[in-house]
Amino acid sequence: MPKINLLQAVNSALDTAMDADSRVVCLGEDIGEFGGVFRATSKLQEKYGKQRCFNTPITEQGIVGFSIGLAAQGSVAVAEIQFADYIFPAFDQIVNEAAKFRYRSGDQFNCGGLTIRTPYGGGIAGGLYHSQSPEAYFCHTPGLKVVIPSTAYQAKGLLLSAIRDPDPVIFFEPKAIYRAEAGDVPDTDYELPLGVAQVVSTGTDITLVGWGAQMHQLHRAAKMAAKDGISCEVIDLCTLLPWDADTVAKSVTKTGRLIISHEAPRTGGFAGEIAATIQERCFLSLESPITRITGLDTPFPLVFEKEYLPDYLKVFEAIKASVHF
Amino acid sequence: MVDKNLVTSVLKFTEAKDMPISTLSLLNADGEILEGAQEPKIDKHTALKIYRDMNYIRVLDERMIGAQRQGRLSFYVTCTGEEASVVGSVAAFSSQDMVMSQYREHAALRYRGFTSKQFMNQLLSNDLDLGKGRQMPIHYGSRDLNYMTISSTLATQIPQAAGYAYGQKLSGNDTCTICYFGEGAASEGDFHAGLNIAAVSKCPVVFVVRNNGYAISTPTVEQFVGDGIAPRGVGYGIPAIRVDGNDILAVHAASVEARNLAIEKSTPVIVETMSYRLGAHSTSDDPTSYRTSEEEEMWRQKDPIERMKKWLLGKGWWSDQQDHQMKDEYKKEILGALKSQEKRQPPVLDHLISDVYQIPPAHLREQYSELLAHIDKYPDHYLPNPTKGHDSYHKPAAQFS
Repeated sequence: MPKINLLQAVNSALDTAMDADSRVVCLGEDIGEFGGVFRATSKLQEKYGKQRCFNTPITEQGIVGFSIGLAAQGSVAVAEIQFADYIFPAFDQIVNEAAKFRYRSGDQFNCGGLTIRTPYGGGIAGGLYHSQSPEAYFCHTPGLKVVIPSTAYQAKGLLLSAIRDPDPVIFFEPKAIYRAEAGDVPDTDYELPLGVAQVVSTGTDITLVGWGAQMHQLHRAAKMAAKDGISCEVIDLCTLLPWDADTVAKSVTKTGRLIISHEAPRTGGFAGEIAATIQERCFLSLESPITRITGLDTPFPLVFEKEYLPDYLKVFEAIKASVHF
Repeated sequence: MVDKNLVTSVLKFTEAKDMPISTLSLLNADGEILEGAQEPKIDKHTALKIYRDMNYIRVLDERMIGAQRQGRLSFYVTCTGEEASVVGSVAAFSSQDMVMSQYREHAALRYRGFTSKQFMNQLLSNDLDLGKGRQMPIHYGSRDLNYMTISSTLATQIPQAAGYAYGQKLSGNDTCTICYFGEGAASEGDFHAGLNIAAVSKCPVVFVVRNNGYAISTPTVEQFVGDGIAPRGVGYGIPAIRVDGNDILAVHAASVEARNLAIEKSTPVIVETMSYRLGAHSTSDDPTSYRTSEEEEMWRQKDPIERMKKWLLGKGWWSDQQDHQMKDEYKKEILGALKSQEKRQPPVLDHLISDVYQIPPAHLREQYSELLAHIDKYPDHYLPNPTKGHDSYHKPAAQFS
């Protein structure tokens, strides 16, 4: 099995999907011959032609609106939004149109063939407008699915599932680890199920839940805690909408403690949703308050990026505080 | 890139008046072909279908406004005054072409074959509503008739129509998309996004913009300063034409050519129909507060249906007697359908959660179970017809498990 990075895994998934199904069309800003600003669509135009992989004008609402129509017609549209920070002009098309397309028509029409790929997250000195994690906005919208991989293997398998899923999917790619994260990824066509979390390492004292690039911080904090004799169970949510509450609840029932960590600001962040559900389900098992380790409630900063981000040290301190509560 | 032939040493700004767009007009107010104009080819069958459907919608609109006033409908929107803009354009298209409309174009849906009962099922949100009771009245849609379900959000259908048409081009079946919206919607970002992306991607889509004078209460002079909407098409590199929207022959002839262009050249086309919204914006609106009765009367004199009738009478294709008979029949049919369809039950409660996703996910099924358990405690409060019991309302959620 070849060892490739997360970005190459995304490219491999797109290549696999386009090769397997001639209805798959990729579109977005600079994704044609240039291959995208991160090169996620590298060589796809050369291989599948300009009709199936093409540049669009700079109009996020246009890209998503166009892709909804394309999907409704029967094609499989894979749209790239260059940075998640720039997805907001398309917010209406995503929230009012894509998410409600099947419901409002009584299932006469759907745009399930739509997948929106977009790089998200901080850690690249991107400041306010190249760093945001806007997943929670979309998790508040019934009709959408929200998927975030953290490894190269997941990126390919989850993206292939997202593209073939019968509902519209937003696929957030952790750009900070596009190249840093590498692993064994099959050349073959494979899918990983949406809505299923992965218990990455088992433990007994406390459960750590995260997604995307944040998983690396959780793993590192868990290793530090292990040296102090604390056993962490680490869960990668993979899909945020619909999220796998069963797996998290099962783990918290066992450990009695939960820390949720995400880069996005705390207030209204998705950790709040997980915390609420888990206290409903595991109230009698909890040994300490559920803790959120997140970004601050500020715009994403530039020079204070390191201080803003919920890194492994913040998670490590939270683990100790929870265990010694 | 600069065109070398257009380099000048004269400092001069270009204004809208330097690039005027004229209005295609073929029929005069008396239903006669204008001097110097050529009567476009249109067969008797098509002409009569257009005329009958325009009348059908006029009668439907009158009756449904009445039904809304009686409290039988919650809301309604009419097409009154703009029937020629809508029916004249859709009649130029194949039934395989997709219609993506705004919300004032139900005359196009009628042209495609939507029945009185189907209109009523949607307006009344009953168990036969194709949209399963989810949207306010007038948000029609029909997969069978290639009529995309309407959403209240303005202009969102414009970039979607471009994408739909691109898919049609890829499938190579010589179909296209006709996309309707009003001059007010053309101020939305999606209009500009949609036209530009349609032009760049060479999508076979015909945009029909109904310039009807008002966006709710806002007159066009407060909506834009430029010369209407058609020149914007030119700005995006899209062939554009402006027509008298109350002149059925002009609308139809322009639409026939627009469709030909769209398919043969694989290009978007824009048709601006100049007309007037004779009725209120909706049943929630009162136009007397923002326009004069003189203005309305002036437009009433230009009624597109009357004008077409005169043309048909002149050709000997129609008679006053047929006219009366037709209107009576429509009135009877529509009121009969209203009466029969309002007796029907609402959709089953399962449709609260079906179709959010193709298969309802676990968390939604769980929420639904909680709701059913709650309804069981207070059936009189929730069930639309408690005497008929739960069966008339909801079934167990077995289909989802």
